[in-house]
Amino acid sequence: MAAPLSVEVEFGGGAELLFDGIKKHQVTLPGQEEPWDIRSLLIWIKKNLLKERPELFIQGDSVRPGILVLINDADWELLGELDYQLQDQDSILFISTLHGG
Amino acid sequence: MCQVGEDYVDPPPRECPPAPRPGRGQKCVKCKEGKPVVAVRAGDAFCRDCFKAFYIHKFRAMLGKNRLIFPGEKVLLAWSGGPSSSSMVWQVLEGLSQHSAKRLRFVPGVVYVDEGAVCGQSLEDRAKTLAEVQQILCSISFPWHVVSLEEAQMTSITWLLCPRSHLILHVARAHSYSKVMTGDSCTRLAIKLMTNLALGRGAFLAWDTGFSDERYGDVVVVRPMRDHTLKEVAFYNRLFAVPSVFTPAVDTKAPEKASIHRLMEAFVHRLQAQFPSTVSTVYRTSEKLAKAPRESCAEGPQGPRCLLCLCTLDIDAADSATAFGVQTSALSQMPPSTLQAEAGIPTTPCSAVGGGPGCCGKACGREGDSQPQVIKQLCYSCRANMKDLPSLDPLPPYILAEAQLRSQRAWVMQDIQEYLIKDSADEAETTES
Repeated sequence: MAAPLSVEVEFGGGAELLFDGIKKHQVTLPGQEEPWDIRSLLIWIKKNLLKERPELFIQGDSVRPGILVLINDADWELLGELDYQLQDQDSILFISTLHGG
Repeated sequence: MCQVGEDYVDPPPRECPPAPRPGRGQKCVKCKEGKPVVAVRAGDAFCRDCFKAFYIHKFRAMLGKNRLIFPGEKVLLAWSGGPSSSSMVWQVLEGLSQHSAKRLRFVPGVVYVDEGAVCGQSLEDRAKTLAEVQQILCSISFPWHVVSLEEAQMTSITWLLCPRSHLILHVARAHSYSKVMTGDSCTRLAIKLMTNLALGRGAFLAWDTGFSDERYGDVVVVRPMRDHTLKEVAFYNRLFAVPSVFTPAVDTKAPEKASIHRLMEAFVHRLQAQFPSTVSTVYRTSEKLAKAPRESCAEGPQGPRCLLCLCTLDIDAADSATAFGVQTSALSQMPPSTLQAEAGIPTTPCSAVGGGPGCCGKACGREGDSQPQVIKQLCYSCRANMKDLPSLDPLPPYILAEAQLRSQRAWVMQDIQEYLIKDSADEAETTES
């Protein structure tokens, strides 16, 4: 049984447009059976934070190609991507590279 | 990799084995000591400091190996506020600072194009964006210019003309900059290359995506960020706090099928996610494109240029099936009145310019800015775009004036041909073409 987690979810590079323009969200994830990982976090974000056009952020069970994920300012590719298990006070940043130059 | 009939709405399941991923607990591949923070290529993880050195080195190497910028030269940095151009401006700032081991020695200025009016931003949002922009610009020690794309100048079709490029060029010329630097990244250029192929701009790929673009003649556009992927840019900006200003564009929330560009962008990103060497492969291929001048150019090595994109015309009227195809469809869409005017072209040329005093009116039929006249001065790709237009009305006056001028010049040249003294080489060329 995983305890509730307090994490910071941040959006940049234009991704914030899908979240009412708000870049930083302090989030409390409820306690649940399985530990929280990025996969389940995405599902939670889709249900609770995403305001419009889910297909511009999520594709399948992952983020849309072109959106970078940083966990505590490190590349999620180095941390297991979707399987990374969240810890209390983690900071997850989603940067869209699909816009701007 | 790609399958015919692939459904772009639902991605296929990941059947291919994932690219090798750096494991946890691995050290930086460069210094073997630091904690890795970013995976640059498949399996290559760098620590913060090594990544910084790698990133800066790429920028310097790109400028150094091309040797196009001279000490003391005035270079205009085109800053869109976006991550790539912001990173570029930052690199130049750092490169010019006293502390750099090898100081950059050119003289920079920055230009920002405010596109808020045409992107449908509210006045409030525009003001807010401009305030952020000004704040950043004020912290830079070199001269800066802010220009606006006004709604009055823009219609949906002028979007195709890259008015932003024209504006930047105008600023460069007005302030004697001989070079313009744009922040096009590796990723963007790979997408651009594929998109331009689909749009019929195959002849100009080397100029559209290469390090330097000399189409404007007096001002050369260079792309020092073309070796940096968007991922590297995003990480660098985040890790080293590079300021940027986000402004939504016309197509920011557009669906994938809204344009060829969007579709290609989605395609490249999707491929890149599964095959991390996609972008670099396209980039390396584009490096091999050579800028070969056309051999059968009647007007010398430069040749006539497209009115809209300013590239040397790629249509060979004599033999090209593609030229025939595009022209025919353009003519078939012309309104009957224009066709009639074309049929009744008199033999004496109209001496007036642009319908001014002395012009014999529409009856002269030699309207330099009539649709067929304009279309004749466009490259294959721009013609294909123009054929969707019912009339020339949306084109800005300066384009129509230029078309007029060129037509007049061509008519005059034709009239005085017999009086020109030619040498034998010219004679041979004229009879051949």
